[in-house]
Amino acid sequence: MPMIRYVLVRLCGALPTLLAIVTISFFLIHLAPGGPFDQEQTLPADVVANLNAAYGLDRPIWVQYTRYLGDLARGDFGPSFRYKDFTVTELIRQGLPVSMTLGAIAIAIALLAGVATGVAAALHRGRLLDHASIALAVVGIAIPSFVLLPALGLLFGVWLHWLPVAGWDRGSIKDLVLPVVTLALPPLAFIARLTRGSMLEVLQSHYVRTAFAKGLALRTIVLRHALRPALIPVASYLAPAIAMIMTGSLVVETIAGLPGIGRYLVQGALNRDYTLVLGMVIVYSALLILMGLLVDLLIAALDPRVRLEA
Amino acid sequence: MIESADEDPLAPAAGLWRDAGRRLRGSRAALLALGVIALLVALALLGPRLNPNRSDTIDWSCIAMPPGLRHAHWWGTDRLGRDLFVRTLLGTRISLAVGLIATAVSLVVGIVYGAIAGFVGGRVDHLMMRVLEILSGLPLIFFVILLTVVFGRSVYLLFLSIGAIGWLTMARIVRGQAMVIRGREFIEAATAAGAGPVRIVLRHVVPNVIGPVIVYATLTVPQIILFESFLSFLGLGIQEPQASLGTLIASGAAEMESAPWMLLVPSVILATLLISFNVLGDALRDSLDPGEL
Repeated sequence: MPMIRYVLVRLCGALPTLLAIVTISFFLIHLAPGGPFDQEQTLPADVVANLNAAYGLDRPIWVQYTRYLGDLARGDFGPSFRYKDFTVTELIRQGLPVSMTLGAIAIAIALLAGVATGVAAALHRGRLLDHASIALAVVGIAIPSFVLLPALGLLFGVWLHWLPVAGWDRGSIKDLVLPVVTLALPPLAFIARLTRGSMLEVLQSHYVRTAFAKGLALRTIVLRHALRPALIPVASYLAPAIAMIMTGSLVVETIAGLPGIGRYLVQGALNRDYTLVLGMVIVYSALLILMGLLVDLLIAALDPRVRLEA
Repeated sequence: MIESADEDPLAPAAGLWRDAGRRLRGSRAALLALGVIALLVALALLGPRLNPNRSDTIDWSCIAMPPGLRHAHWWGTDRLGRDLFVRTLLGTRISLAVGLIATAVSLVVGIVYGAIAGFVGGRVDHLMMRVLEILSGLPLIFFVILLTVVFGRSVYLLFLSIGAIGWLTMARIVRGQAMVIRGREFIEAATAAGAGPVRIVLRHVVPNVIGPVIVYATLTVPQIILFESFLSFLGLGIQEPQASLGTLIASGAAEMESAPWMLLVPSVILATLLISFNVLGDALRDSLDPGEL
C-alpha cells in the first residue's frame, strides 16, 4: 500500500522536526532570565535552593535536557512548576477537550458556511450577494477576537439578555454560542474568500464549460465537477488553522471564562513554568505536523493528478 | 505577474506599474481605503494637537464621561478622567508605527532569505526551507514573550521582535518567485556578463519579485497591528501611561457595561484601520495580478 508507506515515511520525517522544535524551545525558555520560583514575595534563598534541587533545576542544563527527553520518550511531560500538585499531562488532559470541542465546532461551522458563501458569491459574481460576501470576508478577517467577543457580549448579553456574557456551565449550549461564533468568524471569512477565488477560476476551465455544454444542471456541475478542485486551497489553509484553533484561544477562553488550555502557553512562558510551556509547544507543533499530513492526503484525494511521493 | 515572455526583458517594470496604477485608480474600494488610511494617519499625527487635553492629565470633574463637548472631551474620558480622543489617537500613532516598522523589518529579512534560498537552490534551499519549517512549527507568541523578557519591555524592541518573526511567509513567497526567475534568460545573460551571485540576487532577482511582495506587505501591516494590539491586550506590549489601541480596548472591555464608549471608540478606529489596509491589499493584488481574482 503506497499510502500507508507514505504516511509512515512522513511521520518518521516529522520526528527530527519535532525534536528540533523541542530542543530550541527547551533552551530558549531555560536560558531566559528568571525562574519558576521568582514570585512577588521573594522566597528565602535556601527554600529556593531546595525547590531547585527537588525539581532537578540545580543540575547542569545538559543533564536537565537529556532527563527531560528521557521522560518525554516515556510519555511523561513532567510536573507543572506553578500549578502545584498537577502534572502537565493532567492539565492538558483536563483542558484540551474543552478547547478541542470549541475549536471543532468553530472549524466545522467555518468550513460549511465559508464554502457555501464562497460558492454562492462566485456563482453570483458582481451582484449584490457577491459584494455582501466580500464585505463579510473583509470584516471577519479584520476584526480581532478581543473586540468581537466583548462587543457580542455587550449586544446579546448586556443589552438584549439573550445569552450569558461569560461562564462555563458544563458546556451548556448557551455558553458556547458567543465563543464559538467569535472563533469561527475569521476562518469563515478566509475560507469564503479562498473558495470564491478558486471557484471563479474553476468555473472558467474547459471541463466545466463542457459540462455546461452537455446540458447538466448547475447544481450537478457545481457539486460534482467544480467544487472538488476549488476546495484545494481551502485544504492547505486548514492545517495551520485547525492546529491554531484546537490548542485554544487565550483571548476567547479568558474573556468567556472557559477552562481550556488557551492560557497555558502564555502564562507558562511568563511564569517560566518550563514543563508547561514545553508541553504546550509539543501539543501545538505535533498537531500542526499531523494536520499538515492529513491535508496532504486530503489534497491527494481531491486532486487525482497529485501523487503521494515521500 | 502580467509580463509575458515576448516583452522586452530589460524594461518589464514600466508596463507592469503603469497598468497596475491604472487598474488601482479604477478601483473605488481601493481609493476609498487609501483615503481612509491617509485620514487616519493625518488624524493620528495632528489630532492630539487640535484638542486642549493631554493624554495623561486626569480631569477629576469628568470621570468616565460619555462622548460630548464638555471640556472638549469629544470622545469621552476613561475611569481616570483621561481624554479618550487624545489617548486613542496617540495609540493609533503607536499602532501604525509598529505596523510599518515591523513590516519593513520582515520585508528585508524575508526578501534576503527567500531570494537566496530560491536562487541558489539545491542543498542550500533544502536546508533553509527545513529551518523555516521548524521555525513555523513554533508558536509565534512564545518567541515574542521570551524576547520581551530577555530584552525588557521597550516599544522599539516590540517593533523588532514582531518583524523578526513575521518574515516566514514573506520568505516563502519570495523563494517561490525567485525559483521561477532563476531560469529566465536575463539571469543567464547577467551570469554570462560576469555578474557574481550577490550582484545577481540584489540587482536582478530582488527587483523582479517585488510585485507580490508589495501586496503581501500591505496585508502584513494590518496583521502586525492586530498582533501588537493582541500583545498589548495581554499586557505584554505597550506599557502605561502610554496607550496603544490594544491597551485601550483591553481597559474598555473591562468597563463595557458601565462605559461602552471606552470599548467602542478604540475598537472602531482599530477595525477601520485594519479593514482599510486589507481592502487596499486586496485591490493591489487584483491590480498587479489581474489573472487571479
